[in-house]
Amino acid sequence: MHDGYEMVVGLEVHVELATATKLFSASPNRFGDEPNTNIDPVTLGLPGALPVLNRQAVELAMRLGLALNCRVQKSTFARKNYFYPDMPKAYQISQYDEPITADGWLDLPDGFRVGIERGHLEEDTGKSTHVGGTGGRIHGSDYSLIDFNRAGVPLVEVVSRPDIRHPEQAKAYVSELRAILVAIGASDAKMEEGSMRVDANVSVRKPGADFGTRCEIKNVNSVRSVGRAIEYEAKRQILLIESGEKVVQQTRHWDENDGKTHTLRSKEDADDYRYFREPDLVVVDPDPEWIERVRAALPVLPAERRRLLAEAAGVATDSEAVMVVVERGQDSYVLEVAKLGGDAAIALKHVKELAEAGDIPAVDMAELTTMESSGALTATQAKQVVAEMVESGGTAADIAAAKGFEAMDTSELEAMVDAAIAEQPDAWEKFCAGEGKAMGALVGAVMKASKGQADGKAVTALLNQKKP
Amino acid sequence: MSEQIQTATQIAWNVRNGVTKATDVVEAHLAQIDAREGEVHAFNLVLADEARARAAEIDDMVTVGRDPGLLAGVPVALKDNMCTRGVPTTCSSKILDGWKPPYDATVVTRLAEAGAVTIGKTNLDEFAMGSSTENSAFGPTYNPRDLSRVPGGSSGGSAAAVAAEFAPVSLGSDTGGSIRQPAALCGVVGVKPTYGSVSRLGLIAFGSSLDQIGPFAHTVADAALTLEAISGHDAGDSTSIQQGPLDLTRQLEFGVAGLRIGRITDLPEGASPDVQERLEVAFDTLRSAGAEIVDVEVPAFGYGLTAYYLIAPAEASSNLARFDGVRFGHRVDAADTNSMYMATRTDGFGAEVKRRIMLGTYALSAGYYDAYYGRAQKVRRLIANDFAAAYAKADVLLTPASPTVAFEVGDKSSDPLAMYLCDTYTIPSNLTGDPGMSVPFGTGEHGLPVGVQILAPALKDPVMFQAAHVLEQHMQHEGGAS
Repeated sequence: MHDGYEMVVGLEVHVELATATKLFSASPNRFGDEPNTNIDPVTLGLPGALPVLNRQAVELAMRLGLALNCRVQKSTFARKNYFYPDMPKAYQISQYDEPITADGWLDLPDGFRVGIERGHLEEDTGKSTHVGGTGGRIHGSDYSLIDFNRAGVPLVEVVSRPDIRHPEQAKAYVSELRAILVAIGASDAKMEEGSMRVDANVSVRKPGADFGTRCEIKNVNSVRSVGRAIEYEAKRQILLIESGEKVVQQTRHWDENDGKTHTLRSKEDADDYRYFREPDLVVVDPDPEWIERVRAALPVLPAERRRLLAEAAGVATDSEAVMVVVERGQDSYVLEVAKLGGDAAIALKHVKELAEAGDIPAVDMAELTTMESSGALTATQAKQVVAEMVESGGTAADIAAAKGFEAMDTSELEAMVDAAIAEQPDAWEKFCAGEGKAMGALVGAVMKASKGQADGKAVTALLNQKKP
Repeated sequence: MSEQIQTATQIAWNVRNGVTKATDVVEAHLAQIDAREGEVHAFNLVLADEARARAAEIDDMVTVGRDPGLLAGVPVALKDNMCTRGVPTTCSSKILDGWKPPYDATVVTRLAEAGAVTIGKTNLDEFAMGSSTENSAFGPTYNPRDLSRVPGGSSGGSAAAVAAEFAPVSLGSDTGGSIRQPAALCGVVGVKPTYGSVSRLGLIAFGSSLDQIGPFAHTVADAALTLEAISGHDAGDSTSIQQGPLDLTRQLEFGVAGLRIGRITDLPEGASPDVQERLEVAFDTLRSAGAEIVDVEVPAFGYGLTAYYLIAPAEASSNLARFDGVRFGHRVDAADTNSMYMATRTDGFGAEVKRRIMLGTYALSAGYYDAYYGRAQKVRRLIANDFAAAYAKADVLLTPASPTVAFEVGDKSSDPLAMYLCDTYTIPSNLTGDPGMSVPFGTGEHGLPVGVQILAPALKDPVMFQAAHVLEQHMQHEGGAS
């Protein structure tokens, strides 16, 4: 990175768990309802109310921990004390020194491994809306509204080790974590609805030096912003250091509009949370049999699905087609096509380009891929057939016949190639001299002559054959 | 006792069998309240109309042949830190001004299911912090045995309500002795059962890991009956023990023959001579009844007070943070949120509550946690270990409940430390979660009641009741108080 510095990034990702009810009460955990309808004495922190731990939340936290290769352990809850109007009890119940899962890792699609320090359970806060004034800030507002529907919603905070060194890795980490969450059904992981929120701890250093002073950027809410915020913050810190100043440990806010981070609060006025064991809850000690049952029920995770798909199609695991198709959850379709005797690579290509191709019955897709791989259909023809199959149904053979697509025989194609060479001697000369660009003109001519029915690959092969 | 003012056991039997009407029982107690409440001030709120209506329901049930339950028609006074749906619950604090809980505490529900009649909400030291019931936003409660004296605290209102015969039984909460000490000072039975045996759901928390609800009564049998009605697992309280109601009444007559009664040889000094004298009589009584008296040591006993005054305020500072003026109760308006919090809490809390919030906040704060709260928790474990060792040698232990008989109103209210010492003998069992009870055992100085405390290991509440019953029978033979 800039001037021989490297960035050191650790991410804390808050994930809302997809439970039916809240972490400590029977109120529904539902987004988008009328404000203050999903509440009860526990949610509102009324005097005398007591928390009762939601077993489903524990199980989802365990599932996530196991998917991140963590150890599931005996854990406790603590109170994190601070005053804020949308914190009903004036403390948040959170796991602190004994989290339910710890010491795992997450492999990025390119193979880079990011350590996971812990995944701990905690309750979400309510939501304040400041009306009047500027920028939705509390200062200067006329009044504030508080919606407690979100208060008490279960969160898992996944804390990575400071292993990330590039904005792209941070983005890949968040994307991969989101893919895992969706795959295991732990969360809908919708960043735009706040069900997945990222805090980034950023510092810079010369490679090999000790960790620098870090700043925390709170609540970054898109993958793209994660990359931009980290990049901006690292540059800001480098500029500070280069100009002889010191980085001050502080909490910062990412402003999407001006593309900058801004001070929220410095360490000097950081809260003292006065953590202590939550006396209203008992130790959570999942028995090994339960843990193993949860582990056994884990679905195949995105990384493994990419590996299986890439292997079947003979492409790289982090190739765009593999990434996209697995993210869309269409990998099983492509594998099904392969199982029916189809060509996985070709099916992958069609599904990636036209998502709806996955709606075609697998057996019909298998037939189409066979026609394409055998040369009965050119790539261009196959694409048209697929579009037609999606549009109005029918088998590949019927549609190809109806469209008059027939495999061009070699002599016919050869004649067209010869004609193209004859028509464009300049281009031929340049092609023979090794200028790759010239090939385009020749292939284009053949395509035009064949009304797009020629197989580009076959044309290229013929041209190369004819090269003296 | 007058005709209708009898023990809870008698009232319930009579009402269930149609011998007495619940409405008559309630009227008799309301009349007693009319006669004496003005001088005692046991209640924050008397629920006369509600009690009459409820009693009529009970009578109707009996008329149609339905059994209203174990406590049929028994008037019960509730400490005003237990939530009652639609009825003000104040904790004797200005900060809860105007708040009516939208739900009943589990104990309130269970009492109702057992056919009891809630007759009123009793006064307490604000948020249950104190040992004299002088720290109430609504003024002090006076000891019915001597109106110049305190009833003890913090459940002084509930203890006084029983002593003044406003109700045959009442409920209090005990965080450091708040049932046992006022029971001793008012000459009634007071029980802090094993932690987790009675649900805390709906009890406005003071020190969550220490708080436990328990009964006051004239007799050990009445306390047993009430505790049976309110104890047992509650899924709404995570710390509730997975077991059914305590089984006590059947065991009362088992006696103490063969039981080992522990005498703590290194008990902290401070009990007055009259109290010590009664304790000796208690040991003799149990020995005569066939028990063996054994010497045990509990070296860490004396550290209980110190550990308690770090742990309880620490938890209280957190538990009381929700009283911030945002969602319920008292609010003082101010220019911004922080000023509103500050003005509300400054105005809403009394001096003792503020003192403990400050103590607790300090004990938990970064840089002091290890030296104070963390160390107090270690001491807590040490005390538990010492008690466990003592209970290996003795089935129950006997100590004073309060170091002295009831002191005069105003005597200690300006000296917090002197006040804290009132709980020296009761605090350790809150730290360990073990049960303890105070049984009236004659009188001391100025003819005032003395209570003997019986301590037992967790879940051995029945054994504690056996010993208590023997002491009580002895007093009846002696023709003693109540």
